[in-house]
Amino acid sequence: MTHASPDRANLLSTEEMARFVARGFLRFDNLIPQELNEGVLEELDSLTRDRWNPIGTFKPPPSGTPLDECYPAPSVLGEVLRHPRVRGIVHSLVGPRAIFDHDFVHLREPNDPWEQHLHADAIIDPTELAFDVQLFYFPHAVGPNEGGTRFVPGTHFRRVNELEVGRYQHLLGEQHVTCPAGTLIVFHQGLWHAGQPNPSDKQRWMYKIRLNATEKQLRLWNTDDLAEMQNGPEDHIFATFAQRSVAQIFRQTEKWCDNADYRLEQVQRARLWRYLTGDEAFDVDYYLTRVQHHRDIERSE
Amino acid sequence: MSEHRQQVLYLWLGTSALDGTVHGWAFHDGTQGAGPGLPATEPPYANGVAALHDGWRLLQSSQLIPPYPGMEHTTSFLQHEFVFERLVEIDTAR
Repeated sequence: MTHASPDRANLLSTEEMARFVARGFLRFDNLIPQELNEGVLEELDSLTRDRWNPIGTFKPPPSGTPLDECYPAPSVLGEVLRHPRVRGIVHSLVGPRAIFDHDFVHLREPNDPWEQHLHADAIIDPTELAFDVQLFYFPHAVGPNEGGTRFVPGTHFRRVNELEVGRYQHLLGEQHVTCPAGTLIVFHQGLWHAGQPNPSDKQRWMYKIRLNATEKQLRLWNTDDLAEMQNGPEDHIFATFAQRSVAQIFRQTEKWCDNADYRLEQVQRARLWRYLTGDEAFDVDYYLTRVQHHRDIERSE
Repeated sequence: MSEHRQQVLYLWLGTSALDGTVHGWAFHDGTQGAGPGLPATEPPYANGVAALHDGWRLLQSSQLIPPYPGMEHTTSFLQHEFVFERLVEIDTAR
């Protein structure tokens, strides 16, 4: 199958990519048109019923299927996944040949009190840079008291294994999704999240799909603004720094993060940005550059 | 007739100091609602010492463990965890 390149206007910008690296998610309200949002619920219902039914007919594709081949036409869910902006976002983060890992329909019945513990999906990931994305698609509006997904921005670099973080009942800065219909939130695979009770009198639907990268994630987005945003290693909050730069985005702190780990989080962001841009000199506030100086000295004659 | 039940409070603070500010919290109530509660949507205390002022007893604070070589920049769990308890007398005759 050939892979049509998305229109550059549908790719992420450098600023959006930097925000994804810093916080581990991007949110797009009202992205999916209402006719698809309404039409997809029937398919999500079928997928829920048929997934584990031996005689079910509407089943997910096998893991490893190219995204372009998932839910072929006529399928509303396939249309959602092939929406031009969705493809541009996916292309920007995990490339033109992303493959299907798995998906799941999260259906919560009215007045369901069950609250999931906070967790990162799958298992602890021993790799350091390459990442997958998970698309969280909300086909209908979720109001403030309807128990939308809880997630904790900026947790994606934490080395934890699945439910080990379940004891964190409340963290400053965590979010509970409230959104209009057709909202898509894109997570780095490591972001901590949890399903919430549904105190409303309506069914709540959310569709989640994990997509794997299959190649190095090097400058896959619309890099027209990269040169303008990219700072040099000398950009340092305690020396001189640019007001508008990738580093400035990476300096955002999360309220749950303790004071010392905040700086280590900046290092994680800088390392991932080096991987994404190929710029091995990139830095935020000189942390990696300083260590490299020390290594160079130690290795010198 | 009355008995004591335990309430447990976890606080995750911004530094290793007990008077560091609260960044996260969890509450487990052995009284099943018969004892005093805590707010769920905002930090119950500004810092760990404020919990002592309100009658909580410190059970445990997390150790300060140096990173393994090569893992100096790696982040994982919240580092500064403080566990408190208070015993609440409840009426069990009802």
